Amino acid sequence: MRSSVIVFPGSNCDRDVAVALKKFKIRNQMVWHNESNLPKSDLVVLPGGFSYGDYLRAGCIASKSKIMNDVINHAKKGGLLLGICNGFQILIEAGLLPGILLRNKKLKFLAKNIFLKILTYNNKFTSNYKKKNIITLPIAHNEGNYFASSNILKSLEDEDLVPFKYCDEKGYINSESNPNGSSNNIAGILNAKKNILGMMPHPERLIDSLLSGEDGSILFEGLLKS
Amino acid sequence: MKITVTVTLKKDVLDPQGKVVSKTLKNMGYNNIINVRQGKHFEIEIDESDKQKSKEIVEEICKKLLTNTIIEDYNIYIN
Repeated sequence: MRSSVIVFPGSNCDRDVAVALKKFKIRNQMVWHNESNLPKSDLVVLPGGFSYGDYLRAGCIASKSKIMNDVINHAKKGGLLLGICNGFQILIEAGLLPGILLRNKKLKFLAKNIFLKILTYNNKFTSNYKKKNIITLPIAHNEGNYFASSNILKSLEDEDLVPFKYCDEKGYINSESNPNGSSNNIAGILNAKKNILGMMPHPERLIDSLLSGEDGSILFEGLLKS
Repeated sequence: MKITVTVTLKKDVLDPQGKVVSKTLKNMGYNNIINVRQGKHFEIEIDESDKQKSKEIVEEICKKLLTNTIIEDYNIYIN
């Protein structure tokens, strides 16, 4: 499996993702945002960070980068596209996923571990979570408060496009377990074809049992099986 | 030609920063302040002398880049 991690000015989780991909024997290439051609890839990752210092809106300027034309084509052809944190914001600004990520409800930057419930396995990103459906991953964001019209929310739920929701230790999804005010506790969404995933939590940070756990590894292992 | 654009959050979208500014003003004793909405202000210089044409271009820019129309509104002012 081949992957490309797109590096924007201000990306800061790009190398973490590269380490994770390498660990799972995915042949990765770093691609600078100003390139016009995407190398042959099965998976493209838009990493976390603060691309362009969050100017205008988080992810907005990066979504208009030169390489994004090829990234959008890759996704339109059915290639896998994963946006983590700032990458999720970029996917939304590029119009590849619906809705928007607003400022966290309590206006604070959040950096902590949270619990997530996996709600669907019908896609290549989360199929491997059948063995463990309540996981811990870190979040680190200021704009992660997912918001969309009630119609969009309904269709996301009806079509099974919400793989991750914030929950508590026991898996209960409620307002107490919602760190940032996201509609319906949404932490990640898929596009209709299920080849694009945007998520606020960072799976690439939990890939080593010595460094706090391997709940992120399950995602990367799952990609290899797909 | 110089064109000014203001971008604000839509009426129904919560504007936390505006709320904090409004609350602070009240704390400072400005009791007659009812509400504050915070936004962005752009001054755009464009090499185009036709008013209508400039407005069309700026409108396109607003939709494509300056605003996210799900949550934001824009106003265009031509001086």
